[in-house]
Amino acid sequence: MGSYFSDDTVNKSQELTKKWEDEVAHSVVQSPDQKSRWSTVSDLEIKRLYTPEDIKDTDFARDIGAPGEFPYLRGNQPTGYRGRYWTFRMFSGMGSAADTNARWHMLLREGQTGLSTAFDFPTLMGYDTDSPNARGECGRCGVAIDTLDDFLTLVDKIPLDKVTTSMTINPPASVLWAMYCAAADKKGVPLSKIGGTIQNDMLKEFIAQKTFMCPPEPSVRIISDTVEFGTKYVPKWNTISISGYHIREAGSTAVQELAFTLRDGIEYVEDAIRRKGMDVDSFAPRLSFFFNSHIDFFEEICKMRAARRIWAHVMKERFHAKNPRSWWLRFHTQTAGCSLTAQQPYNNVVRTAIEALAGVLGGTQSLHTNSLDEVLALPSEHSVQIALRTQQIIAEETGVANTIDPLAGSYFIESLTNKMEEEAWQYITKIDEMGGMIAAIDKGFPQLEIADAAYRFQQQIDHNEKIMVGVNKYVTSEEQPIPTLQIDEKVEQEQLKRLADVKRRRDSRAVSADLKDLKNACITGKNVMPYCIKAVKDMATLQEICDVYREAFGEYRDPGLF
Amino acid sequence: MTKNMEEAEQLKKIKAGDVRTASRLIRNIEDELPEARTALKRIFLDTGRAHVIGITGSPGAGKSTLVDAMITSFRKMGKTVGVLAVDPTSPFTGGAILGDRIRMQRHAEDPGVFVRSLATRGALGGLSKAVGDAVHVLDVMGKDLILIETVGTGQQEVEIINHSHTVIVVLVPGMGDEIQAIKAGIMEIADIFVINKADRDGANQLANELGSMLNMAPAFPGGWRPPVVKIGSCFEPQSFTPSIEELTGAIADHYRRLEETGLLGDRMKRKAMVEIGEALRDAILTPILRELTKSGEMDLIVERLLKRESDPYTIAEEAARRYLK
Amino acid sequence: MAERRIRIMVAKPGLDGHDRGARILARAFRDAGYEVIYTGCHQTPEQIAAAAVQEDVDLVGLSCLSGAHGYLFPRVVELLKEKGAEDITVIGGGIIPDQDFQKLYDAGIKAIFTPGATLDSILDWIKNNLKPRE
Repeated sequence: MGSYFSDDTVNKSQELTKKWEDEVAHSVVQSPDQKSRWSTVSDLEIKRLYTPEDIKDTDFARDIGAPGEFPYLRGNQPTGYRGRYWTFRMFSGMGSAADTNARWHMLLREGQTGLSTAFDFPTLMGYDTDSPNARGECGRCGVAIDTLDDFLTLVDKIPLDKVTTSMTINPPASVLWAMYCAAADKKGVPLSKIGGTIQNDMLKEFIAQKTFMCPPEPSVRIISDTVEFGTKYVPKWNTISISGYHIREAGSTAVQELAFTLRDGIEYVEDAIRRKGMDVDSFAPRLSFFFNSHIDFFEEICKMRAARRIWAHVMKERFHAKNPRSWWLRFHTQTAGCSLTAQQPYNNVVRTAIEALAGVLGGTQSLHTNSLDEVLALPSEHSVQIALRTQQIIAEETGVANTIDPLAGSYFIESLTNKMEEEAWQYITKIDEMGGMIAAIDKGFPQLEIADAAYRFQQQIDHNEKIMVGVNKYVTSEEQPIPTLQIDEKVEQEQLKRLADVKRRRDSRAVSADLKDLKNACITGKNVMPYCIKAVKDMATLQEICDVYREAFGEYRDPGLF
Repeated sequence: MTKNMEEAEQLKKIKAGDVRTASRLIRNIEDELPEARTALKRIFLDTGRAHVIGITGSPGAGKSTLVDAMITSFRKMGKTVGVLAVDPTSPFTGGAILGDRIRMQRHAEDPGVFVRSLATRGALGGLSKAVGDAVHVLDVMGKDLILIETVGTGQQEVEIINHSHTVIVVLVPGMGDEIQAIKAGIMEIADIFVINKADRDGANQLANELGSMLNMAPAFPGGWRPPVVKIGSCFEPQSFTPSIEELTGAIADHYRRLEETGLLGDRMKRKAMVEIGEALRDAILTPILRELTKSGEMDLIVERLLKRESDPYTIAEEAARRYLK
Repeated sequence: MAERRIRIMVAKPGLDGHDRGARILARAFRDAGYEVIYTGCHQTPEQIAAAAVQEDVDLVGLSCLSGAHGYLFPRVVELLKEKGAEDITVIGGGIIPDQDFQKLYDAGIKAIFTPGATLDSILDWIKNNLKPRE
């Protein structure tokens, strides 16, 4: 274990730093700093200068190493982005399945390389469009899917053996995935050929996003069912995308996002091993992650680098994984929705570009860039195109993909990476001591940590300690409204009609039998996936299947902690 | 309409279960408006029908979730329910977040259920000053059962005994200080113990400890030995619902026992004495304090006390003599 | 002694669970000295209106980020009116495009706040526009 620098360098550095400090002490008397404390958007204090001393205890081989080598600080791929760029994957969905299918074909024409589905809230919560809870929501913030019939429209003329599809879906993830499998089957594509991701991360729903259905324990059990099924039959599918994105959007700090996400990951691995008796190396390579890229440039890059290193250690040392692929932390990134402002919306293009750049320098495998109008409505075609072009410009013009992890070795970057890693470990240990993430959620621990951070940030904005351009500084009095996408009121009526048609056409006796079998599987602990696939093929609706889960496992309700 | 007619109309509406009128009266009670007092005078004669149940226990014990489940169970029996849920007022700002309601929101639309959140507004003992009078309003509305959920500060919240016929103390395993709290006085007020989240480790141990403490208790008034009801995870309907039914059964048994042994009368007397005590304090103390403040005499008194020219006891006796002629 | 305290309900109609804003507001209202009733996520307009009347609040603040405000917000106002509680002020916030503002104002929503609205701007609005009802 050697020091990162020679003694000579460290001594010289100390000498020069001392001299510099003396000079600063004088010069700040003449021209004082603009503020007394400088910190990241997450309120992590940042020093005026970083020097070799800040990373002198870093062991190059152990802590930094080479790309494609443990601990993967510099990336999973030995060739970086030279082999291929990250996947340009725009999260999209609105209105009916046909509307969304049209948007998908447009994005593929424009050079998008992977699909990503946004569902409307009834779908996300496991309700059909005809549920009283769904009124007014159909197609509003994503596509409405009630049955396999809708799903087949959604993937019409999409080559499922060539394009990978991500589906942001949680409580009903098993149902939508079953529809994907059934759709592939109908199109004659074998399950071994389809690829994609279901988000399927319930823990962060209880922690942050509040899209929940069943209680934590059975929710995790259904997830383990999908992990098991994927490992056996759908080997190219990522059955969980362990997500920090929503934790951050709920107002967490970068460190909290990092720590809670990875601790959620640990919980899922533990459950699959314990409940299913699976070998860690059989499924760990298909685990994927999803991070937020917020506006604080360096903090985000360091967070992503630290995430890879922490996960590599977790998998190797905590779970004794032997396959290097199990040590990889592969992740998708989305720029921060919560950093965008309704005021002066064109500024959002700039914010998104910077955040996307941080994602790329952090080594993301896949990227969504927000559209400038997403604080106002679902993105228009024009604004989505700008957002997609932002990624393409970063990839093709800026040269940042020329070399791997170009910021490595920077005193500041390595020091901040270390610091964030250290603080994340503290949280992970604390949650371990509480008895794991489900126990911590039950106590309200992560929820309250995030709520406190969110409130602190809002107060900093209100007191002008943190600046959002156009919000609390450089405010303009007159704003021009920008054109936004409208969802036609007719979408709901037409969807209701389609759903009624399907219900009329289908063999309801087969559906009842399927649902009974599924319930039995829930109660006896059999894997639910084959039963889901059978049920969706017989045109059981999303809600009918989710109601079986609700009956078998109970319903979780917002505990509303403050 | 004359004032008198208006008031009669108000009473009629409340008796008919009009939510808007009842909730406005509770608001007036909380805000201590004089017209609330007038209304209460009319109302009181029609009260005394409801079974009032107090629910207390430390923070995180799951009181609101329990109340929510009890509502469901009582509604199944065809009974109407009123709930008063108390949360603390911030001593710094006077504001409060009243969050208990969240867990009962699924009953919001049920006309047989009325949930009202109250802030403590400086009152100690885990309740709000308005709680007693708010109970009267719910009672007149015809609610069969009135559930009062205390703040649950982890402090001794024994005040609830003065407002309830039946007191439920909720405990959870693994919080550490339950037994301590019981020793410190909660024991005496409990008519029923609930061990909530009993699917957790330590539930049996807690039940055993509680059992042996009950065994050591000298005597139970009316021979009612507080039962200990274990309630599992609220997410598992199969195991949860039966244990809630066990609890509502115990509540009914307790009320019956109170009636049979005449203890109900004792409780009512106690409740009446507390009420008259509070009303006296309001009737006597409040005007004196108001007068002293308004006339500026209070400042002089404080001044004299600070200079040690007199003592509070003498001054109080003087004031009482002057005002209580 | 006799003094009206303002009571505010913070409610999330619809199915979205993005409660960051709603929760921050609940805290901010408490810190400004108001009594706040929070309903939690996933509420129907019916549940919200019923709760607002039971709690006798002066103001209902609705937060919705799913785009369903066009149905949900006016529905709450309508239900309050049906319950004889049209004097309860209703305001709203969330992902709301400019072109929807007028429709919401016409439906009786008194103020609309979008992402980036500061706590102060919301608190000021309340201070200037809300008087506790008689």
